[in-house]
Amino acid sequence: MTENELGRMIPKKIDHIGKLLPFEGAYSHTPLVKKEKGNRELPKLNKLINSIEEVIVKTGLKDGMTISFHHHFRNGDKILPMVMNVISEMGIKDLTIAASSLTSAHSGLVEHIKKGTVKRLITSGIRGRLAEEISNGLMDIPVLIHSHGGRARGIETGQIKIDVAFLGVPSCDVYGNANGYTGKSACGSLGYARVDAAYAEKVVLITDNIVEYPNTPFSIHQDQVDAIVVVDEVGDPEGISTDAVRITKNPRDLLLAELVSEVVINSGYFEPGFSIQTGSGGASVATTRFLRQHMENRDIKASWALGGISGPMVKLHEDGFINRLLDVQSFDTEAIRSIGANRYHSEIDASYYANPLNKGCAVNKLNVVILSALEIDTNFNVNVITGSDGVIRGASGGHSDTAIGSGLSIIVAPLIRGRTSTVIDSVQTVITPGSTVDVLVTDRGIAVNPRREEIKARFMKAGLPVYSITDLKEKAEKIVGKPDPIKFRKKIVGLVEYRDGTIIDVIRQVEN
Amino acid sequence: MAKLRRTMLYVPGNNAGMIKDAHIYRSDSVMFDLEDAVSVNEKDTARFLVFKALKTLDYEGIETVVRINSIESGFGEEDVKAIVRAKPDVIRLPKTETADDIHEIESLIEREEKNCGYETGTVALMAAIESPLGVLNAYSIATASKRLIGIALGAEDYVTCLKTTRSPGGTELLFARSQILNAARAAGIYALDTVYSDLNNEEGFINEIKHIKQLGFDGKSIITPRQIEPVHRIFAPTEKEIEYARKTIEGIREAEKKKSGVISVDGKMVDKPFVERAERILELAKASGVLKDEKEGEND
Repeated sequence: MTENELGRMIPKKIDHIGKLLPFEGAYSHTPLVKKEKGNRELPKLNKLINSIEEVIVKTGLKDGMTISFHHHFRNGDKILPMVMNVISEMGIKDLTIAASSLTSAHSGLVEHIKKGTVKRLITSGIRGRLAEEISNGLMDIPVLIHSHGGRARGIETGQIKIDVAFLGVPSCDVYGNANGYTGKSACGSLGYARVDAAYAEKVVLITDNIVEYPNTPFSIHQDQVDAIVVVDEVGDPEGISTDAVRITKNPRDLLLAELVSEVVINSGYFEPGFSIQTGSGGASVATTRFLRQHMENRDIKASWALGGISGPMVKLHEDGFINRLLDVQSFDTEAIRSIGANRYHSEIDASYYANPLNKGCAVNKLNVVILSALEIDTNFNVNVITGSDGVIRGASGGHSDTAIGSGLSIIVAPLIRGRTSTVIDSVQTVITPGSTVDVLVTDRGIAVNPRREEIKARFMKAGLPVYSITDLKEKAEKIVGKPDPIKFRKKIVGLVEYRDGTIIDVIRQVEN
Repeated sequence: MAKLRRTMLYVPGNNAGMIKDAHIYRSDSVMFDLEDAVSVNEKDTARFLVFKALKTLDYEGIETVVRINSIESGFGEEDVKAIVRAKPDVIRLPKTETADDIHEIESLIEREEKNCGYETGTVALMAAIESPLGVLNAYSIATASKRLIGIALGAEDYVTCLKTTRSPGGTELLFARSQILNAARAAGIYALDTVYSDLNNEEGFINEIKHIKQLGFDGKSIITPRQIEPVHRIFAPTEKEIEYARKTIEGIREAEKKKSGVISVDGKMVDKPFVERAERILELAKASGVLKDEKEGEND
């Protein structure tokens, strides 16, 4: 028996239960609990820290640790540069950056890598100067490229162990309830950031918009958050979201979109209650316009749309053509408005979206997805990461996740880009394996994966311009010829991880 | 089946990217322009580019037309030399005012066909009428050559000559349109309407298509692929028209069996002109995909 803090006698141990801990006072085991009962200032209890530098010290960030960022602020992100500049000045070295993706706002990382502050990158995509430098051999350790679902899997299984997550949020209260759709830097869904908030050892929120407690509805919640820093601005609104995405007037994109919509409606998947995801590209977005017409004509409504949500999809939802929207990332001002305003426009996190190892992700329930491609080969393997010069210039994103999850994966791309064919013998880098791709739609005809003969038969019956993928390749090569192979060095600059964690391809340093 | 010429898509002759893709939008014809779309210092570039395109690219059955420069411009003769050799389906002569203009271009084309060892008449001819004089001479132009497959109105120059501008209703063009259409029909060739250039006025464009279809035109020149769909849609026969056409054809077959020239369909008297119209509607319906060839269906 032990006497506890209140003088009660507590047994040390009980059979079948085990050792018992005696009460030691209301405040002794819960350091975050306020101790000044009766103090009228208490509502000010908060997690606010004065500066980025102070918060870095407080998190105990050390050499060799892993820190994370999200890319919901896209090209307008100021968080990563801001935090990395401070870390660099503090002299911390050899960090791994696990970002949901890297954009053109992150070129500054080149200097941090050269200086030794950053040793390794784990990301879905890289663009701009950083991508070029990496393709030219900037880093000693190859970058790990993952899909959105693959990242969530990696974080949840502990493959990616985040020590400190620095998460920019458009609004937040003093205790850490944050959402993405209020404030001058609104970005809509915080779907990628939510995984970091749930699994990182330390979670730091950075905001330019402190609001009244409690900031409901919230995407990141107070019980996940260690500290909050208020800064002047988390991002540049111009770079965070585009103005409402409009349907393109580009004739080629419209031609592609019309053909994609024909493919969808004749595929067998176009029936009441279907589900769909489109990308943010011109042709993909324009598909919604043509589909809407067919939905009207045949009185068909979709149950839900997934993605990457943008204005035209919101319009379909608000006009009653799509019952629900599941949104991991909001592409434009319209989607940002809608996620705040529409009851059935729901924010989802990256794991719910596409993690292949959780108990059920949304892509598994998807009927139709419309995806892009930089290159596709005659085995239907798709490259969305390296350009025709071999240099990294894109992102894996949800490409491989949705391709395998959906019933019908459609790749849409012009057959000829500049002076090269989009269809080639073997893609430079495989992001999505051909065994998960069903249909290719180009401006000069469509090709169906031989795995899907039944779909091909439907297209032929509907009179769609169906060719073999080899025919399409030859069609293009007749016009633009075959380019000389790109020259690479031996050094591996990037590893492409498939969503299950296996390595599907490597990216080598370009000869220059 | 008669060739459809509902849409003739203008493609600037100096734009390699657009030339390469000209046919993918499936207009009935594509027209590579060496004339007004090409500035003086690019005339030879455009001529060479169009020549190479016609020689090397497969336009997959879409009719190819080249609008050459007029002979007076000083570029026309060189255009004919290069383009005849590349063998497009049709050469389109701009600013045609008299039958002599046609004779002049025809002799140049014929000479080049001989030089190339092509059969005479390989390249067809089309004339654009763009002035009051041309409009008045429409019939003599339309009958000036066996090569001529059609005459077209070019409205921009024409309204300037008239001392007016183009209006949404097109009142100022009514005479020219009617005159050209009449001349074309009298000569048994195609009548093609001018371009509609206000791309943002969708309603105005639709009204114009309905207007020229009602007048009797076969189609019109267009300046962007976006204009293809509305023209094809409006030129496609309606279900009602198709149904009536079918009944007419069936009726006339019956009548032929009974050796009677006149029948009645839905209570209206029907004779030869009705039958011709019915045949044309069914052909147009098939061509525009509204009506599927019944035989094709069985093979699916």
